[in-house]
Amino acid sequence: MNAVAKGLRGFATYMGSLMGADAYKKYLEHFNAGGHAGPAMTEREFWRDRMDRQDSNPQGRCC
Amino acid sequence: MGKVPDKTGLADKLDPALPSPAVDDTVREAEERKWTPAKIGLWVAISLLGAVAWFMLALVRGETVNAIWFVFAAVCTYLIGYRFYSKVIERYLLKPDDRRATPAEYKADGKDYVRTDRNVLFGHHFAAIAGAGPLVGPVIAAQMGYLPGTIWIIIGVVLAGAVQDYLVMFFSMRRGGRSLGQMAREELGVIGGTAALVATLLIMIIIVAILALVVVNALGESPWGVFSVGMTIPIALFMGVYLRFIRPGKVMEVSIIGFVLLMAAIIGGGAVAGTEWGAAFFHLDKVTIAWGIIVYGFIAAILPVWLLLAPRDYLSTFMKIGVIVMLALAIIVVRPEITVPAFSEFASRENGPVFSGALFPFLFVTIACGALSGFHALISSGTTPKLIEKERQTRFIGYGGMLMESFVAIMALVAAISIDRGIYFAMNAPLALTGGTVESAAQWVNSLGLANVNITPDVLAQTAKDVGEESIISRSGGAPTLAVGLAHIMQQFIGGPGMMAFWYHFAIMFEALFILTAVDAGTRVARFMLQDSIGNFVPKFKEASWRPGAWLCTAIMVGAWGAVLLMGVTDPLGGINTLFPLFGIANQLLAAIALAVCLAITAKRGVFKWLWIVAVPLAFAAVVTITASFHKIFSPVPAVGYFANNQAFSKALADGKTEFGTAKTVAAMEAVVRNTMIQGVLSVIFVTLSIIVIVAALLATIKAIRAGGGQDHEDPAVPSRVYAPAGLIPTPAEKALLAEWNALPAEKRTQKAGHH
Repeated sequence: MNAVAKGLRGFATYMGSLMGADAYKKYLEHFNAGGHAGPAMTEREFWRDRMDRQDSNPQGRCC
Repeated sequence: MGKVPDKTGLADKLDPALPSPAVDDTVREAEERKWTPAKIGLWVAISLLGAVAWFMLALVRGETVNAIWFVFAAVCTYLIGYRFYSKVIERYLLKPDDRRATPAEYKADGKDYVRTDRNVLFGHHFAAIAGAGPLVGPVIAAQMGYLPGTIWIIIGVVLAGAVQDYLVMFFSMRRGGRSLGQMAREELGVIGGTAALVATLLIMIIIVAILALVVVNALGESPWGVFSVGMTIPIALFMGVYLRFIRPGKVMEVSIIGFVLLMAAIIGGGAVAGTEWGAAFFHLDKVTIAWGIIVYGFIAAILPVWLLLAPRDYLSTFMKIGVIVMLALAIIVVRPEITVPAFSEFASRENGPVFSGALFPFLFVTIACGALSGFHALISSGTTPKLIEKERQTRFIGYGGMLMESFVAIMALVAAISIDRGIYFAMNAPLALTGGTVESAAQWVNSLGLANVNITPDVLAQTAKDVGEESIISRSGGAPTLAVGLAHIMQQFIGGPGMMAFWYHFAIMFEALFILTAVDAGTRVARFMLQDSIGNFVPKFKEASWRPGAWLCTAIMVGAWGAVLLMGVTDPLGGINTLFPLFGIANQLLAAIALAVCLAITAKRGVFKWLWIVAVPLAFAAVVTITASFHKIFSPVPAVGYFANNQAFSKALADGKTEFGTAKTVAAMEAVVRNTMIQGVLSVIFVTLSIIVIVAALLATIKAIRAGGGQDHEDPAVPSRVYAPAGLIPTPAEKALLAEWNALPAEKRTQKAGHH
C-alpha cells in the first residue's frame, strides 16, 4: 500500500508542476540564489504579477 | 564523427570548481555505440512487433482488424524513429552542446525563463501543442478508409512533424526563445519575413474560425451540449476569482474543484435537457451559437487573463492529460474490432461527402495536426525554449512531444472507425445530402453502394437516443463522430450502455474546452501580432496597455474569424466539407514556412550533407499544399475548385434558375457565389505568400551553400553551470555525472557567476 500511496503522491506532484503550481517555489529559489536587493514578492503578489504579465504576453495554445 | 567541434571555446571557460556540465563526448559516444546482446534483442523485438502490426493493418484482408494493431504499429514505429532517426538529426544536424547554457539558465528571471525538469516540460509542451486538431482531422479523413490516414499519421510524424517541432525548438532555444516570425525576419530578410508574418496572421484567423466551426456543429440543436459547455464559463470565472482573491497559487486545488464542477455540469446537462423548459431554452440553432461564440470570443480576449483564460487553461490541461490516458487505457483494454476497410470506395474518387478532393493531396491536408502541424512551430518557438534546462533535452521534448500528439491522432482514428460506417457517413455528410431525417439519411447512405453497409432508420434513431441527442444526422466536423466512437468504447470499459450519453457529452465537453481555449489564446496572440505590425506605422499601437488600440485590434481579429465562421455555418454546401481543406492547407503552409526557415538556418550553419533531413519534409509539405491550393483555385470540377463552383452558381443565377445543386433558394445560391469567391481569394493569398517565403528561404540557402555557410544569429555561447540528463531514463554515464553534481554543497550548485 505504501508503494501505491507513494506513486499517487508522485503523480500528484508531477501534475502540480505540469500545471505550474510550483511557480512561486521556483521563483523563491531563484530569488534566494541570486542575492537580490530588497524583499521577494509575497505569494499573493507573485501570482498577481504572473497573471498580469500574461495579459501583455499571451501564450499560444494549439489546435 | 559526431564530436562537437568546440568553435565557441566553451571548454576553457567552464568553472573548474564545478563538475562538468556535460557528459564527456567520448564517453557518451561509446555508450551510444555499445550494443549489448540485450539491447540488440530489445530492438529486434520492437522491430518485429512493429512489422507484424503493419502487416496486419496493411496486407491482411480479413473481415475485421483489431484496434490493438494500430497501437503496436504506432508505438513501435515511434520508438524506432525516436531512437534512430531523431538521434541522426541530433548527432549530425543540430549538434547540441550541454556545455552551453540554455536561455533558462543565462536569462534566468524566476518568471519567464525558468529551468524546468525535463519530464514536467515534456508534459507542459505536449499540453500546449495537443488540442482538438489531432482529434478531428483523422476522423474526417476516415472517409477514405483507415490505411491512408494511419500511414500518413505515423510515417509523417517521424519524418516531418516531429522533425519540424524539434528543429524549430532547438533554433529558437539557441536564439533566446525568439518567435518563428522574428527568426523568419532575421534569416530571410524583409520581404520573406514580412510575407511570413502576414501569412501567419491570416492562417491563424482561418484556423481559429474553423475550430470554432467544429464547436458550433457539435453544439447546434443540442440542449445538453449547450448547457454543459456554457457552464464552463461560470466555472472558469469562479476558478479565476478563487485563485486571485481567495487562495492564490493553489492551482491543483482549484483545478480539482473545477473538474468536479465540470462533471456536475455534464450530468446536470442531461437533467436540464430532459426538462421541457431546458430543452426549449438551450435548443439553439447554429447561427445563434456562432454569434454567441463571436461575442464570447471578443469579451474573453479583452478580459484580464486571470479571470477567464488562465483558469480555463488549467481545466483544459487537466482534462487533456486525463482524457488521453483514459482513452489509451480503454483502447488497450477493450480492443475494438474495426470493420472499416483499409481503402474505402472514396479513396479513388474526389467527390466524397465528408470532404471533397482526391486522396493526393487532400488526405495530407485533412490530417494536419498529428502528422505535421505548422501551428506547433508557433509553440515550439517562444514559450518552451525559455524553460529548457539542457540543450540535449530538446530531442526528448520537441521530437518526443510530437510523437505523443501523433499517438493521440491514432487513438482518435481508432475511436472514429470503431463505429459503423453507415452511422459515420450519416453523421458526417452535409445536410443537403442526408436530408436531415433518419429515413432520408438511411436511404441516402444505402444508395452510396458501400460494401457491408446497410443501415436502417431505427439504428440511427437508437444511436441518437443512446447518446442523449435528438438527432445525429449531419453532425459534421469530426467532434460528434469522435464522441460517439469514444462513448462506444468507453461504455465497454466503464459504466455499460447506460453511460453512453454521459461519455458522449464528456467527449463533446473536452473538445469544446480545448477549442475555446485555442480560440481565446489564438485571438490574443493574433491581436498582439496585429498591434505590433500596425505599431510600425503608428507607434502608439505598440503599447500593449493602450486600451483603444487593444480593443480595436481585438475587434478586427474577432471580426475576421467571425466572418469566416458565419460563412461556414450558413454555407449551403456544408461548411466543413468546403472549409476543412482550407484549414488543413493553412496549417500545412505554416509548416512549410517553418521548415523553410529551418532550411535556411541549417544551410547557414554549414551542414550541407544533412540538409535533406529538412529539405525532404519541406518539399513534401510544399508540393502537397501548393498542389492542394492549385486544385482549389484551378480545378474545373465544381466540388473541388472554389472558382469553378463560383462560376457554376453564377451561371445558374444568370440563367434565372431558382435552385441549383444543393442550394435550394436564390439566396442560398448567392451565398455560394459569395463564399466560394472569398475562399478562392484566401487560397490565392495563402499560396502566394507561402511561395514568397519558400523562395526567399531557398535563395538564402543557396547563398549559404555557395559561401560555405552564413551569418549566425544565435545568442553568444555562455558556459553552463548546471547539469541534467537528456532523456526520460538517465544512462549510466549520466547517472554518474548527476551523482557528482548532487554531491556538491547546495549553495555551490545554485550559485550564479556574475549574475545580477
